[in-house]
Amino acid sequence: MIKVENLTKRYARNVAVDGISFEVEKGQIVGFLGPNGAGKTTTMRVLTCFLPPTEGKAEVAGYDVIREPIEVKRRIGYLPETPPLYPEMEVSEYMEFVGKLKGVPRVDLARRVEEACERCHCEDVKAKLISRLSKGYRQRVGLAAAILHNPDVLILDEPTSALDPEQRRETLHLIKELGKEHTIILSTHVLPEVEQTCEKVIIINRGKLVATDTMENLNLRLRGAELVSVEVEGRNGALSHDAVKQKLETVDGVSRVTFKENRNNRLVFTVESAQGRPVRADLARAVVQSDWNLIELHSMGLSLEEIFLQLMASDKAAAGGAK
Amino acid sequence: MNNILILCRKELKSYFASPIAYGLMAFFALVCGYFFYAATAIFVMRSTDMMMMGRGMPMDVNEWVVRPVMMNVSVIGLFIIPMITMRLFAEEKKTGTIELLATSPIRDLEIITGKWLAAVILFLCILLISALDLSILFLYGKPEWRPILISYLGLLLQGSCLLAIGTFISNTTRNQIIAGVGTFAICLMLWVLDWVAAYSTTATGKVLAYLSVMGHFESFAKGVLDTKDVVYYASVIFFGLFLTARSMESLRWRA
Ligand SMILES: Nc1ncnc2c1ncn2[C@@H]1O[C@H](COP(=O)(O)OP(=O)(O)OP(=O)(O)O)[C@@H](O)[C@H]1O
Ligand SMILES: [Mg+2]
Repeated sequence: MIKVENLTKRYARNVAVDGISFEVEKGQIVGFLGPNGAGKTTTMRVLTCFLPPTEGKAEVAGYDVIREPIEVKRRIGYLPETPPLYPEMEVSEYMEFVGKLKGVPRVDLARRVEEACERCHCEDVKAKLISRLSKGYRQRVGLAAAILHNPDVLILDEPTSALDPEQRRETLHLIKELGKEHTIILSTHVLPEVEQTCEKVIIINRGKLVATDTMENLNLRLRGAELVSVEVEGRNGALSHDAVKQKLETVDGVSRVTFKENRNNRLVFTVESAQGRPVRADLARAVVQSDWNLIELHSMGLSLEEIFLQLMASDKAAAGGAK
Repeated sequence: MNNILILCRKELKSYFASPIAYGLMAFFALVCGYFFYAATAIFVMRSTDMMMMGRGMPMDVNEWVVRPVMMNVSVIGLFIIPMITMRLFAEEKKTGTIELLATSPIRDLEIITGKWLAAVILFLCILLISALDLSILFLYGKPEWRPILISYLGLLLQGSCLLAIGTFISNTTRNQIIAGVGTFAICLMLWVLDWVAAYSTTATGKVLAYLSVMGHFESFAKGVLDTKDVVYYASVIFFGLFLTARSMESLRWRA
């Protein structure tokens, strides 16, 4: 559905996107990640024909963004970083304007506006002036406008950044729902969101592609170590954390033990284990055999957040090595 | 065509949603009313003088009231036009709404024409206020209406040209003030150019006179409809809008 080949975008002085290539299949939901200034917005702007690429190619639904921009635009719903709203319009007026602009047939217009507003939970502000809306509602209206003409491809630049927790969950749910019929690229800095909603992740850093893979593969590839959190309490009186640490370190397969905090005489440790070595059972036994109380023991897994940070760190190291 | 109207409607709505349209109308009504009053006062004074001196020839209302008022209106236009066009693109670039227009399935030229058309309609609405003044003449006398219509056509054409230039300038910046001041400077320059052309008889002077946007208005003001002038205005408008579309394209590539 979306094909990007060797895409480069240079601004006057700096290179914002540097030779990235990726593909997105029909019906996929893709998370587009990267630190600030990585080039996410720029890539999205190229895909939506707002900016032409300096080099390389980008295709949406088989149409080239340079040669057939109108066809591409017809098939894309785009929510920019700041929702493009006219403050002097009422919400329903704005939605109608966008509908006409996107070529929604006049007979369908009212129904589509109704539907989109309902899906994005902004029916109750339909009669309000946009300049009077709160930031979160502006984002909802922007999203409603993006899905208004039922486009094949949705490109959402940080669609949940201004939303409250409940609305955030609902929006992610909506995105998942939309993902059944649409192809979606969304950028965000909230990584757990990506874990919940996306099937595929594209990570870029300073304009370069760092990783592109499915969530599962990414997990497999990086889940070298297992992280376990252990909370221990002395049976009578305070416990020295050095003693516990030494004991835990003797367990087979443990590579590192870090003391985290002392919660009312309960000591919390993070234990890292080597690849492919389940250590939880042994840890439990070691604690109980030492006559301490085991309060809590759970695996923390490696979140996308940690994967992301690891990738960034190794990318930085690679860049440093190249110099 | 449909897209042009969608854009035009939206633009007109936002003109009338803000105080800009009403402010300009009030300003114009005041200034134009003053000039009309002054022209009429002079006319009345002169014709009573003439009658006292016993000359029977009545003075021509069209020549003594309508024409000077129209010439003045054409100059007031220079001040109003930058205010109308400055926000057209600059505002959308600043607030980012241009991203909506530029990623919608419509052509650049349709966006530009729609916006320009809205500006022309607002300008026409403002011009029509002066018709209220002139209608007083019809209550007390019998001015010829044909030259009046022709001079309105001239005002509209001249205004449309300058509005096209203003649209072009608004598209080159994201700062409304710069767009307004730039447009005003060019309008002023064109006006001054017209003076220079009027006093010069050399070949350059003739070229300047032909290029001068104001120069072509004079025949309209006299009530003469000359195809040469209409063609001139139409081509400047077309050229202005076309140039705007080109600059929009090239700005995108250079961004
Ligand atoms: N209009 C512009 N002119 C010049 N440079 C720009 C422009 N827009 C972005 N850049 C630069 O391009 C690079 C990529 O910016 P981009 O906005 O794509 O980052 P991003 O990944 O969206 O970041 P964020 O997470 O902060 O939104 C940055 O270094 C930025 O400074
Ligand atoms: Mg961004």
